[in-house]
Amino acid sequence: MQNFFNVKRSIYIGLFLFTIISFGDCNNVFASKEVEEQTGNNEEGGKKKFNTVDFIFEHIGDSYEWHIVTIGEYHVSIPLPVILYSKQRGLNIFFSNKFQHGKEIYNGFKWEEEGKYKGKIVELDSKGEILEENPLPLNFSITKLVFSIFLASGLLCWVFISIAKKYKNGADKAPTGIQNLFEPVILFIKDDIAIPSIGEKQYQRFMPFLLSVFFFIWFNNMLGLIPIFPGGANVTGNIAVTMVLALFTFVITTFNGNKHYWKEIVNAPGVPWFLKFPIPIMPVVEFTGLFTKPIVLMIRLFANILAGHMVAIVFFSLIFIFGALNIWAGYGISIISVSFAFFMTLLELLVALIQAYVFTLLSAIYFGMATQEHH
Amino acid sequence: MGLITPDYGLLVWMLISFGLVLFVLKKFAWKPIMEGLKSREETISKSLRQAEEARNEIKKLQEYNEELAEKARAERELALKEAKSLRDKIVEEAKAQAQAEAQKIIEKSKILIIQERENAQKELAQMVSKLALEITEKILRKEFLDKDKQIGYFKDLLSEISSKN
Repeated sequence: MQNFFNVKRSIYIGLFLFTIISFGDCNNVFASKEVEEQTGNNEEGGKKKFNTVDFIFEHIGDSYEWHIVTIGEYHVSIPLPVILYSKQRGLNIFFSNKFQHGKEIYNGFKWEEEGKYKGKIVELDSKGEILEENPLPLNFSITKLVFSIFLASGLLCWVFISIAKKYKNGADKAPTGIQNLFEPVILFIKDDIAIPSIGEKQYQRFMPFLLSVFFFIWFNNMLGLIPIFPGGANVTGNIAVTMVLALFTFVITTFNGNKHYWKEIVNAPGVPWFLKFPIPIMPVVEFTGLFTKPIVLMIRLFANILAGHMVAIVFFSLIFIFGALNIWAGYGISIISVSFAFFMTLLELLVALIQAYVFTLLSAIYFGMATQEHH
Repeated sequence: MGLITPDYGLLVWMLISFGLVLFVLKKFAWKPIMEGLKSREETISKSLRQAEEARNEIKKLQEYNEELAEKARAERELALKEAKSLRDKIVEEAKAQAQAEAQKIIEKSKILIIQERENAQKELAQMVSKLALEITEKILRKEFLDKDKQIGYFKDLLSEISSKN
């Protein structure tokens, strides 16, 4: 218990320090007063029109800054490093606050707010026009999602290395503190996912990946449920992230496939010969299956987490939609929205665990298929 | 719609960070954790096995003790039985011997008694006959003091004999 509180306390201290450092540097964090630029379309009788689609996509998408809060016209956000490479201008690394939320051009780069390249960083020519050829520079910026992945990765390493230390110091002692929290989960993955799916003989080889992927997904899902910094980023609801995770599963499965596994793909036993010979229907189906399995993994996790974030944000945007019509309607609907969002969050807590479990279980089953001997 | 088109920058960063997390955790977290869990599992199963063995040992010992006690009891019983039968036998034998002795004595006594009786009878008969002779002699002497009488008597006797014939 004591340990757990220490962990909690250090997390708080860490976050506090991070915030102080971020805000202390005025160049990095900016709270600027912006001139309202309202077009005719966006203004109706003095009321701002609430753009639901932008609101939703801003929350589920990626960004070059980490928006925390807007007070009046002040945007409080943490700027993140932008890393660009283009033929003309070479390597450019700078903080995203140089863009002033897309209002400014920096070093010939612009964060587009409208049009074809909305939300992307484009390269401009000397006249301030978007380049005809290769308008998008190579972009390896530390975006909100990348930064969030870094945070989660750091948290993962710190938590599990500190747990590992306890095992090193006294393996035979009863688990204590945070070790007690995660040991049943680790044992569950070992005894109820890895061993039944892969088998007693081979499972140990795959345990590091299964444990890492489970906790990576779970931690990111849980962080995504925290509404403000350092949580709230839709990491596992982004297809690039789930693609990498599925890619790992695919590569591990393929590289561990034994003779039996490949034989089943080329010449599946128990299938009538006319499905294999002149037209190889079954081999084609089996071969496609190699790729559909990880793709399904990728889409399942992505869609589930994205949907959770979307539903929550739609409930909240209802408040602003109604609020734009009538301020009292907004207050009224907020009670319903908040209670719905509350139950959605409870559900998402469950989904966060279930999706991590499903991804791990299916990965383990695929590994089991790749390594199993004759049955 | 940027939702279903993966961003390559994010993809690369994710690849790097997840790969790094996998490597670091594999080396510094999962290995010691799995080893720790395994060693603990082994310790527990070993302790359980040892406890089981100790229990079996105790059970065996108890059984052995009981067997021993049972054996001792049986032996005692047997010894008692034997002693009893021996005693009975001795008593029986003594009795039989005593009886035989007694019988012998009785037999001897009987024979002795018979002998004694016979002797007594003989002596009595001798004595009686002696007495009778003495008495008869005395009587005859007295009777036959007178000559007349003697002749009378002979006469009678002769007549008696003649009558008889």
